Amino acid sequence: MEAMIAIVIAVMVGTGVYLVLRARTFPVILGITLLSYGVNVFVFVSGRLKLDQVAVVGVSDSPTDPLPQALVLTAIVIGFAMTAFLVVLALRGQGELKSDHVDGRRDEEID
Amino acid sequence: MDHLIIAPILIPAFAGMLLLLEVRERLWLRRATGLIATLALVPVTLMLFQRAFAGEITVYDLGNWPAPFGIVLVLDRLSALMLLLTSLLAVPALLYASQGDDRIGANFQALFQLQLMGINGAFLTGDLFNLFVFFEVLLIASYGLALHGRGPARVGAGIHYVVLNLIGSALFLIALALIYGTTGTLNMADFAVKVNQLDGQARTLAEVAGLMLWIVFGLKAALFPLYFWLPATYANASAGVAALFAVMTKVGIYAIARVYGLAFGAGELAGLGRNALWVVALVTLVLAALGALSARRLGEQIAYLVVMSVGTLVAGVAWGTPAAFGASLYYLIHSTLVCGGLFLLADLIGRGRGDLGDRIMAGPVPAGRGGLAPLFFIGAVAVVGLPPLSGFFGKVALMQAVPAPLYWALLLSAGLVALVGLSRSGSTLFWRATGEADAPRLDYWRLFAAALLLAAAPAMAVWGGPLLAISDATAGQWADPSQYINAVLNTAGGGG
Repeated sequence: MEAMIAIVIAVMVGTGVYLVLRARTFPVILGITLLSYGVNVFVFVSGRLKLDQVAVVGVSDSPTDPLPQALVLTAIVIGFAMTAFLVVLALRGQGELKSDHVDGRRDEEID
Repeated sequence: MDHLIIAPILIPAFAGMLLLLEVRERLWLRRATGLIATLALVPVTLMLFQRAFAGEITVYDLGNWPAPFGIVLVLDRLSALMLLLTSLLAVPALLYASQGDDRIGANFQALFQLQLMGINGAFLTGDLFNLFVFFEVLLIASYGLALHGRGPARVGAGIHYVVLNLIGSALFLIALALIYGTTGTLNMADFAVKVNQLDGQARTLAEVAGLMLWIVFGLKAALFPLYFWLPATYANASAGVAALFAVMTKVGIYAIARVYGLAFGAGELAGLGRNALWVVALVTLVLAALGALSARRLGEQIAYLVVMSVGTLVAGVAWGTPAAFGASLYYLIHSTLVCGGLFLLADLIGRGRGDLGDRIMAGPVPAGRGGLAPLFFIGAVAVVGLPPLSGFFGKVALMQAVPAPLYWALLLSAGLVALVGLSRSGSTLFWRATGEADAPRLDYWRLFAAALLLAAAPAMAVWGGPLLAISDATAGQWADPSQYINAVLNTAGGGG
């Protein structure tokens, strides 16, 4: 279980980092999305993994830690809003700079 | 329990929401709402400042959940000083922007208030995750403000700024997850206690988290190699916004100082990453001075001067002694207010030169040269650190507190290089100018706003003694984290 979660996080963060380093805005946005997914899962498991347990004290003998669930909810909401903003900004860049390059360069300037 | 401590967050929050409702109302109503809310922050932060300087640390349990389980707001001398500085900077910045810059987009005034809410919240919170949330609040407002108005340059700089900060947020979350995973707490005071009880692998993980926090705060503070976004973003933002952004880098410095002072000042993990911060700060100082020399626009040059002040300050924080931190605080107040004033002035000069804007090249005489040139002179003398203005006293205090030959050499030569750069821009803009500009007359309200901020330079020199005493008292409290920790963890109940 732990190994699987760790591999999932590693793949998402690794792919995210690779995509963030691309030169076009679309892969960068995808990369940031994947990066934030990986980070969110990482935050989620910071309260340790427990199977078949609820996050309510008193209902279960060893309840799972509820705080990371609250934290990750906040992080998801913020990450979602930021990504939406970035998509709009990239579209506006496409319109104003006439290019989807992250530096706003035209296609003919790029080798 | 007294509720005044939450007012610096609630006033801009309510004003921001009210402004969102007023978006279709008349402009003067929006301006009045924004200005009244910002002005109201000054007496509130002044009262909090007075209280904090009596030596008392006020802790406010949000929702009446006691620490370390709930989120707390903590008002000590350091946060009170930063709150007061923010409100003093925000009033002239908003006054300037309300002379026409807020016309370009409907939500300017609302974004400005939400930005203030984020900054004030970041200064007040005693919880690391809450710090992350307030960082995001101030960032998303700053994205809107930086992109306020249209233009390819702003959009291009904006994409870099947003992407970098999103990656920074991801790193921040990883650090927070590591901290929670190892210590089981996100309360800063509780973290400071628990981090010293760790051993083995958990301790290594906590060290990793601490070092990642330096990277995140370094990005906010614009430290080398993470400052490249700043000159383009600040130089392309509208002037009132750039002036307010002068305090944004200081949020990063504040966060470094806060976490460092609490958790890594003494104990098992003392001095974590301190050498790296020291080296990086000095490199920032040198590169920013070179940037100021090579800048082609006045706004860009001032943005590099902001980065230079960051290098100067973080070196003072990394030195770690209370005396060095006290001198850094004095220099922080000075550089925030003066750089904010210079941003306003650069915009005024650019407006007075017609199409040429603030490019540093000979052109027409800027409209209202008689008023602008003396102010530019005062600002340049202050920011470079020549006597008799505030920058000089700040640098002298820093050099006395940090007796490292390398620091002295770099600080003085960076000052000299900045002096050369600013003399070149001043003489090009004012003395080599010929002919009349096709530009509107000088707006006296705008000049007043810039003068208000630049007046900090002579004022801080005249009242240098009391101000240094205040910053030394702040640094004394900062150097003794047990006061903060006891205040947070021993609070008994109280109304929320």
